[in-house]
Amino acid sequence: MYRSHVLVCGGTGCTSSHSAEIIAALESELKAKGLENEIKVVKTGCFGLCALGPIMIVYPEGCFYSQVTVEDVPEIVEEHLLKGRMVKRLLYDETVMKDEIKPLSETNFYKKQKRIALRNCGVIDPENIDEYIAMDGYQALAKCLTELKPEDVIQIVKDSGLRGRGGGGFPTGLKWSFTAKNNADQKYVVCNADEGDPGAFMDRSVLEGDPHCIVEAMTICGYATGATEGYVYVRAEYPIAVSRLQKAIEQAREYGLLGKNIFNSGFDFDLHIRLGAGAFVCGEETALMTSIEGNRGEPRPRPPYPAVKGLFAKPTTENNVETFANIPQIILNGAEFFNSMGTEKSSGTKVFALGGKINNTGLVEIPMGTTLREIIEDIGGGVPNGKKFKAAQTGGPSGGCIPASLMDTPIDYDNLTAIGCMMGSGGLIVMDEDNCMVDIAKFFLNFTVDESCGKCTPCRIGTKKMMEILDKITSGKGTLEDLDELERLAYYIKDNSLCGLGQTAPNPVLATLRFFKDEYIAHVVDKKCPAGVCKALLNFSIDADKCKGCTACARKCPAGAISGTVKNPHVIDTDKCLKCGVCMDTCRFNAISKK
Amino acid sequence: MLKKISKIPFKGTPEQEAQLKAVIEECKDNKSMLMHVMQQAQAIYGYLPFEVQTMIADGMDIPLEKVYGVSTFYAQFALSPKGQYNVSVCLGTACYVKGSQDVLDKICENLGVGEGECTEDGVFSIEACRCIGACGLAPVITVNDEVYGKLTADDVDGILAKYKA
Repeated sequence: MYRSHVLVCGGTGCTSSHSAEIIAALESELKAKGLENEIKVVKTGCFGLCALGPIMIVYPEGCFYSQVTVEDVPEIVEEHLLKGRMVKRLLYDETVMKDEIKPLSETNFYKKQKRIALRNCGVIDPENIDEYIAMDGYQALAKCLTELKPEDVIQIVKDSGLRGRGGGGFPTGLKWSFTAKNNADQKYVVCNADEGDPGAFMDRSVLEGDPHCIVEAMTICGYATGATEGYVYVRAEYPIAVSRLQKAIEQAREYGLLGKNIFNSGFDFDLHIRLGAGAFVCGEETALMTSIEGNRGEPRPRPPYPAVKGLFAKPTTENNVETFANIPQIILNGAEFFNSMGTEKSSGTKVFALGGKINNTGLVEIPMGTTLREIIEDIGGGVPNGKKFKAAQTGGPSGGCIPASLMDTPIDYDNLTAIGCMMGSGGLIVMDEDNCMVDIAKFFLNFTVDESCGKCTPCRIGTKKMMEILDKITSGKGTLEDLDELERLAYYIKDNSLCGLGQTAPNPVLATLRFFKDEYIAHVVDKKCPAGVCKALLNFSIDADKCKGCTACARKCPAGAISGTVKNPHVIDTDKCLKCGVCMDTCRFNAISKK
Repeated sequence: MLKKISKIPFKGTPEQEAQLKAVIEECKDNKSMLMHVMQQAQAIYGYLPFEVQTMIADGMDIPLEKVYGVSTFYAQFALSPKGQYNVSVCLGTACYVKGSQDVLDKICENLGVGEGECTEDGVFSIEACRCIGACGLAPVITVNDEVYGKLTADDVDGILAKYKA
């Protein structure tokens, strides 16, 4: 028995800020003090509040230490673990009350969250199957194999109302039933862990924090649909996730939870991991299967759907990581438990990766139907530096943006679709008044142009053409006709592309055109970038009242665009100006501004 | 995505070849393992020159054109090696007008290879990049993580000499 447990986050975020070194320091310090048999150090998955990483929680007190450094370790061991006095300066402010600490679940960040998919993340050691089993792990699988018929399992999933968490929102139970009714000598289960959206990391966190739940869920899916083999396709950029999943699979095999005759039921199932190699399009289900087969990851036309002809031309069920992560809880607690959360057509919870201009960056899981305002203001702690919220981008390069005027929209699949947005995989990037929406649209389109696989023309050439128009607009050469052409092209690409990548690539442009048309018009008609981002549209000028005539800027200007005499206000020749900003950095009197 | 193909002569060692052969031997009966084999090959050689792609194609009994097709599809597969020191020259506007093209030309002349290539000894590679946001220091180059600013073509020899030891 240990008298105390110290949980240290071993997610990618905290690992980048040296949590592994902290664990090593902690272990050697405990050993030096002879406490190694009294206090256990556990490396867990992501706690969610990445902004405060590296994070350490000490139980039984539930003491939440944030932004811990290796240098803090001796103090924590000496003061807290040896003498029982909390190290106040490292405690998360919100948990500190007068004489005691507040439980984490009562802080603003965690209060409104409901953790189903992330229930074990930051709680258990993901590399230890016994800890997962202690949290009711593999019980759902046992229940399926010993008490339920495959069709019963599918019915429960159907009744739960679970929809695909990868973006499309297709009902999961229905998907399973399609594969189940196709007879074949071999069927497959595929888990899509090719999380390619810039700014989304929930699937990574589940794999890092609770890999066994994916192994269990895929095995359940195999039983329900009649598949005996499964593949997990993971991005090669997620080395921690890959190694933990690999360990989980090996442990499950050792315990007889994967392999032949699981739970003596006569059901066989085994899992393989395949690594991606950096292609965004492989997140599309048919492209992903093509890639697992060892080919260029180009999508295939549907029909035939994967349920009929999927991986290696056999019936295949594909779900993403977060979808699978919900399955064991649904089986254990029943469909009712799940569909009592969320909204009528979108049951359960959704994990979002909060990023961008927000105080509490990190991972949150909230019931469907929570409003954007609650997510950003209550959970996320608002926009930093007193700036004004402008929009939230969801769904990455396939999604759209939600403007401030729609902040009270309850977030679920249908509401987001209705406002031209998309749930997507769950990246939620907050933008403030300093972000230019035309520039954001360009950023995402640039991404899809780069990642288009080139198989179909509308996507390959169309997105490039849209990019050229956006370049024209942001460099001040756009016309109003360009805006019409941009919209026409966007709808054409949406309607005619082969796969989801092309069909959704114009979304960021369409959404910004819809909600921020005034910004486009400012770029096109007034030749101005209201947010001050698009360099070609900015003009640098010198405030004659503030200028002391020190000549520093004129000497630094690479283009010789600044003129004036000593001790008299200087002037910038905007025709010669290259807009490099050197003058602004040089001026000691704050006399130069860009507008 | 456009990929630069290296013209450097291939210098694989027998040990590397033995390692790759072992990987191929393990996977050759399962053609869907092609990407896995290529990932392993890249881990062994650092990149995927034609000689390595040919070995994979022959060993796996997969047409070379298919191996090549896969290698050019995925961003992760490199067809050119990166040097021990990767010299990145900013060709953003501010750097460009202050003569970064001259700096780039001088670096290419000094090292005897072009942009996007690697020297034969594998010590240096050169790439041109977009703005790195250090316009106040223009023109700027980076050597791995080290930033050098306010350069003229005359500074190039001195900087490179530090890494040539």
